[in-house]
Amino acid sequence: MAKTGIPPREEVAAEAVPRITPRLFLRRHALTTGTIGIAVVMWTIFIVAAPDVFLNSRIYSAFGITTPLWGMMALALTFVVITREMDLSFVSVMALGMVGFVRVHEFTGSVLLAILACLLVGLACGLFNGFLVAVLGIPSLVITLGTMFFFRGIELALLDGTGVPLTDDAFGTLRDVLNGKTAGIPNEFVWMVIIGVLLWVVLNRTRYGAHLFVVGDNVDSARLMGIRVTRVKMTAFGTLGVVAAFSGMVASMQSSYLWPTLGDGSLLLPIAAVFLGGTSVFGGIGTIFGTFLGALMVGSIQAGVISAGISGFYTQLFFGLIIIVSLVMQTLISRRMRS
Amino acid sequence: MDATEPPVMELRGVSKTFGEVRALSDVDFHVRRGEIVGLLGDNGSGKSTMVKMMMGYHRPDPGGEVWFEGERVQGWSVAKARALGIETVYQERALADLQSVWRNMFMGREPVNRFGLLDIRRMRREAAALMKGHMGFTSGAVHPDNVVQTMSGGEKQGVAITRALFFEARLVVLDEPTMGLSLSETQKTLDFVRSIKEAGRSAVFIDHNVYHVYPVVDRLVLLDRGRIAGEFTPAGITLEQLTDRLRTVARTGRLEG
Ligand SMILES: Nc1ncnc2c1ncn2[C@@H]1O[C@H](COP(=O)(O)OP(=O)(O)OP(=O)(O)O)[C@@H](O)[C@H]1O
Ligand SMILES: [Mg+2]
Repeated sequence: MAKTGIPPREEVAAEAVPRITPRLFLRRHALTTGTIGIAVVMWTIFIVAAPDVFLNSRIYSAFGITTPLWGMMALALTFVVITREMDLSFVSVMALGMVGFVRVHEFTGSVLLAILACLLVGLACGLFNGFLVAVLGIPSLVITLGTMFFFRGIELALLDGTGVPLTDDAFGTLRDVLNGKTAGIPNEFVWMVIIGVLLWVVLNRTRYGAHLFVVGDNVDSARLMGIRVTRVKMTAFGTLGVVAAFSGMVASMQSSYLWPTLGDGSLLLPIAAVFLGGTSVFGGIGTIFGTFLGALMVGSIQAGVISAGISGFYTQLFFGLIIIVSLVMQTLISRRMRS
Repeated sequence: MDATEPPVMELRGVSKTFGEVRALSDVDFHVRRGEIVGLLGDNGSGKSTMVKMMMGYHRPDPGGEVWFEGERVQGWSVAKARALGIETVYQERALADLQSVWRNMFMGREPVNRFGLLDIRRMRREAAALMKGHMGFTSGAVHPDNVVQTMSGGEKQGVAITRALFFEARLVVLDEPTMGLSLSETQKTLDFVRSIKEAGRSAVFIDHNVYHVYPVVDRLVLLDRGRIAGEFTPAGITLEQLTDRLRTVARTGRLEG
């Protein structure tokens, strides 16, 4: 065994990993640091511009109720983008999952089964996307544009284009769990944090998470090293499907009504959050924490501009500015890190 | 090396067609325990295709069989091959450029703790030790957390080679491991190949430089346009005769001119 060219285990154990200096640490986490920087600057501007709005807790609770409705999907979308894919269909999955919910509830009268059905529909939609992308090899941007219309179409056909009131007393407990408050914090936000923590653990502390990065970084290397690329991608799409269906449930319970248009207009915010958070469109790079920050930024612009009484169309101006500044910064940082 | 024992790895009647290109035609090939087999052949003769066939990356055309330790394997895959103890240094290196050295070293075989969570401490520690003790990185700038993208070509190759040796595989396949390496690094790589044999394990060694291959192998297999064109032992042929044969085969496709 001595001559294998591999140091014996004891020797390995004795070898300390070289220390990371604070400068090296900052350099390595330059992207996250930059995103935090932009978030702080933006928030400071908001406070200075409209102190009575931004130092009042009302805006934060409004924000805590609305941001998670699409923010949770942004967190799950991070997985998909890290594998160098994209999904546009999750906004339709939100609504289709809820069709499963109301239909199963009508049939069985069981809320628990309805919840299960909702999440299963989400999973099925996600796996369907994953199958088209990973097994058939169709570019995800194109095919999920198709499934976005397809899922929406099924939903509209099933609902016959009309909404469903969700005022049944049986939904009381579910509504408490999804839309109540915990220690003064809206449960919507608590759920977003829970999902964020779960996805963080999966991404950073499991083999599956490690494989997500490798698949997005270099899919040929991943295959040559025995990583099951198809399974990794399908799971990423499946996860997003489940989270989208869950978000649909949270949103519908919040408004006590299933709108046939549920999810319409929530497409660009999660995508913006993912890219604001430093996840690379080229795959292989991304963090859940960054997406979380990105979602907070996008959400606070949305809530802030409206509450500050600034006319609504400035929201878009702000979005545009923040996104452009962040992406320019990210590019400059990545270029510096490479040289 | 025991001729009665079944070979570690064996290909029987393996062909591989990519569209119009026939990369391998009816190839029979085996490696025994403790044996180093050199694989020689021109560019495009099918060496890398054969490597990927053994690893389960390519599937043979119908009729071809892959055998591992005396058993015909069904549903052979890279994950299975690695789990059974075959590691490869691919010609294309198979690294993930944007990921850290430790993530690359353990790519696809990440150790987990008893909760099923990644044992990152161990991966970073072992990567640091391997880089220092094995790849001879002395500069403090090379940290296991560094991304591979920032490393030099030879250093990247070092990561790929060290990775293949780390898992103490029963069979190590090296596809042009010395390509682009300095003299001293090449020497180290050749020493690794020898050490594989001394540890009673097997290797397939591909290198265009016969001066690298000849001294370290037990057997030489010559591939030409997807076919096995001949087999030699270093004992049965001198280096001069071998280079002569190689030229003849390259020119005529046959061993005798
Ligand atoms: N994935 C593939 N798709 C199509 N053709 C391929 C593929 N892989 C290999 N080939 C073809 O098969 C033949 C053999 O290629 P291979 O890479 O095995 O050669 P090689 O002996 O390793 O050559 P080199 O010494 O240049 O590395 C070549 O003609 C190549 O073009
Ligand atoms: Mg080759």
